[in-house]
Formats: sequence, structure tokens, C-alpha cells
Amino acid sequence: MSDFLSVANLRSYYGQIQALHGIDFGLAEGSVTTLLGANGAGKTTTLRAICGMVRSTGKIEFDGRSLIGLSTEAIVKLGIAHVPQGRGTFTRMNVEENLQLGAITRPGKAAIASDIERMYALFPVLKERRLQQAGLLSGGEQQMLAVARALMLRPRLLLLDEPSFGLAPLVVRELFKTLTKINRDEKTTILVVEQNAQLALELANTAYVIETGQIVKSGPADEIANNEDIRKSYLGY
Amino acid sequence: MELLTNQVLAGIATGAIYACMALAVVMIYEAIDHLNFAQGEMAMFSTFIAWQFIEWGVPYWGAFAASVLISFIGGVIIERALFRPLATASILVQIAGFIALFYIINSSAGLIWDFSIKSFPSPFGSAPFLGSQLISDHQAGMFFVTLILLGLLYFFFRFTRIGLAMRAAATLPESARLVGINVGWMIALGWGLASAIGAVAGIMIAPVVFLEPNMMAGVLLYGFVGAVLGGLSSPAGAVAGGFMVGVLENLAGTYIPGVGNELKLPIALAMIVAVLVFRPTGLFGRPQVQRV
Repeated sequence: MSDFLSVANLRSYYGQIQALHGIDFGLAEGSVTTLLGANGAGKTTTLRAICGMVRSTGKIEFDGRSLIGLSTEAIVKLGIAHVPQGRGTFTRMNVEENLQLGAITRPGKAAIASDIERMYALFPVLKERRLQQAGLLSGGEQQMLAVARALMLRPRLLLLDEPSFGLAPLVVRELFKTLTKINRDEKTTILVVEQNAQLALELANTAYVIETGQIVKSGPADEIANNEDIRKSYLGY
Repeated sequence: MELLTNQVLAGIATGAIYACMALAVVMIYEAIDHLNFAQGEMAMFSTFIAWQFIEWGVPYWGAFAASVLISFIGGVIIERALFRPLATASILVQIAGFIALFYIINSSAGLIWDFSIKSFPSPFGSAPFLGSQLISDHQAGMFFVTLILLGLLYFFFRFTRIGLAMRAAATLPESARLVGINVGWMIALGWGLASAIGAVAGIMIAPVVFLEPNMMAGVLLYGFVGAVLGGLSSPAGAVAGGFMVGVLENLAGTYIPGVGNELKLPIALAMIVAVLVFRPTGLFGRPQVQRV
């Protein structure tokens, strides 16, 4: 099967330090995939490597095009949106400007304006705060804004780095419900990195478990969730 | 009372020039986190270019436009050729780069146009403004020109997509890349704009301070003071700071005994120190908060 995104023998480096030691995995179009693992396992680095934000070797192919060596902005223009760890909110700009920035590479004022309205329908709280400075939003609201900003690209692949981090359980539930909806209604392929394994496994179809820069287990999400050994040794719940 | 009004108005007029220089400084500071010490020299060179065009018989506003355009392109080229390669170098290397640029431009101007002091024409003349004795036509003219410039810049940064992209690139480069903005070019564009703003400031102040390679040294210093006073992280604050410095410098020179023209600069510098002691972020700046 030819994957929508396929990663093979991916090795990434921060200066002299090697963070990934040959990662292999693939995503099918329209799927939700999760990368699980402990702190420092290399989950975030994998996402950063896909977006060209860390020096990497190996193969990363998106819809048949190699991403290795492309600049981050060129990769984004291919339709890959990345919600980074810490959310990357433009804190000094208002909510609406943040959404505008998400679509900054797209032409067509009318289409962008209607997408902003779509985001307000998806996340009504953002509409209430549209002219507020984004830095003044709560953590959960900022996470919603970050997801909405990424969706403004109309991405074909959405990368999410720990969307549940620092959020109250109820807010997380709501956010993950919205992500499921986005995947179902818009066929957006999603790759989500999480420490909250239980939650991520509910959302995903496929799961990979990563440890010290290598994939150690993979399989359908429900299988991984039901495998006592994997749960105990890698996922800690 | 008339003396006070006179000094305040004259202060606002020169303050407009300081505001421009402060804004140029802040724009580059926001993008690369360093002060461009050569900002004034770049503006001086732009002024010489305008002067040269006028000498060649180009009408004043044509020379003005040509100089602003050339300055914009020159600013972009300086960033691409000199500061882009230095972007990841240590801070001392970058400062050395700025100082080198300062002397290269200063000496080149001296070499091309020599160091003699030249007069620079004003398109507004020096007659009293609207018949009043308070300020001259040129002072009023330079105030309105800079006001138009600041208005255009506000519109550009607030309401255009490229202005939005430039703000994003300057404040959060990594997030900007993740929405597809080419941050490198946005910074180069910022240099171009800062250089063009400097050109306007230089051309407007030249009839007052006269044209020579060191004409901008004092002006840039006041611009720095304005930027620090208003806050290096706030473009609008820097503009306000520039105006405040212009007015305060004039009032101090007039009303504090023994200050006069000679002590105006030390007063301005004392203002930097005072602001930094009591409000390190400037009057309108915000503290840099970093999540760790």
C-alpha cells in the first residue's frame, strides 16, 4: 500500500545529538494515527522533522513528494498544518488575526472569510472573543484557537503535538470530539502525538509506540489499547 | 506663554523626525533583537542620494521618491547580503557588523560627496507658518510629511495581509513559519521599510541640521532615546517616545537654567537612564515573558 505520508529510516539531529534513530511508519489518507511514548522518546522531534524544523536524514514522503530538505514554509504550502507544543499562539494579536494568519498562504478573501465563520461555528467561544488579544485567552481557548488556526490552511494533513497538555479533562474531551468531527466531515488526515495514551487511542485508528527514538510497537489502536503488556510497559496506565 | 507654545510646537516638529528614527530602530529590533547602530548612517546616505538627484536637476519630490525607493532596495540588499549570513552568529559578531556598516557608509559618503557641510533645500520654505511666529513652514511641513508616513505605516501593518505576516514573522518566527510565512524575506522587507523611513526622516531634517556625513549622529541618538522611552517592544510607543523627546529636549533647553543647546543631549541620555531604572521595558513596552 502506498501511504499518504510515509516515513522511513528517519534520523534527526539537534546539533551533534541524535534524537531519532531510524523511525519507520506510514499514514493512510483520511486516517487518524497516534504516536505514543514517554517524555523524551522522540515524538515531538518526529513531528518537527516532518515540518523541516530539525536536521534529518532518511525518507519522508507526503503524497509522493519528498519533504527532506524542503523549508518549513514550503512544506506548509503543500497542505501540512502543525499545531506545535505550547500552541504557538500569536499572543499579541487578536483571535481573528490569528485565524487570518492560518490562511496567510491562501488566495481568495471571500473563501478565507467564510472559513473564519466556519471556525466560529466549530468553536463558538472564539467568536465571543474574536477581537480579544489571543494571549489573554485561557489555555483551553488557546488550544482551540491553535487547532482552528491550523484548519484555516485547509490542510490535507494535520499534525497535533500534545493537544491535551495542561487542559482540564472536560475541555480535552470536547477538543477530541471536535477533532473526531473534523476527521469525519472533512476527511482531514490527522497525526497526533500524546502522552495521554488512553485518550489518543480512543481517537485514533492506528497507533505507534516510540521509545528512545525508535518505533517499538505498532498496530490498530484498539489492539494496542487492549494489550496489557504494551499498556503496562510503555503507556503507564 | 508664547515662548512655551513655540518651544512645544518646535519640539513636536523635530520630535516627528525622532519618532521616525525610533520607529525604524524598533522595527529592526523587533525582527532581530538588536539595535541597528547604522540606521542613522543609512538615512544620511539616503539624504545624499536625494541631494545628488536634486543637483542633477530632478525636481524635489522626484528626488525624494527616488531616494526612498533606492533606500528601500538598499535596506533589503544589506539584510540579504550582510545580516542574513550573520543571523546565527553571536551577538558580539553582529554588533561588530553594525559598527562596520556604520563606518563603511559614513566614509563612503565622505569619499563620494566629501565632508563639507552642504545646505539642503526645503520644499516648504522657511517663511513663518500661516503668518504666525511660532513655527516655520518647513517645521510644519516636516511634521505633516511624517504624520502621513506614520499613518500609511499604521494602515499597512494593521490592515494588509503582508503587514500582518511581517508582524507575525517579527514577533514569533517559528509560529510564522508554521503558517507558511517566509520569515527571512519578511525580515528583509522590514529592513527595506526601516531604511525607507530613515530616508524620509533624513531628507526632512536635512534643511535644519545641514547635509554632511555626520548629520544623523545626534538625530539617531534622540531616536534611540525615543525608542527606549516608549519601549523597544512597542512601535506605537516608540513613536510617542520620539515626540516626547523632541518636546522635552526643547523645554529643558529653554527653561532649565544652564542647560542651553550644549546640555540638551546629556539631558536626553539622562532620560534613557532614568527610564531604564524605573521602567526597564519603557513607558509603553511590555515585559518579555518566556514560558520555560
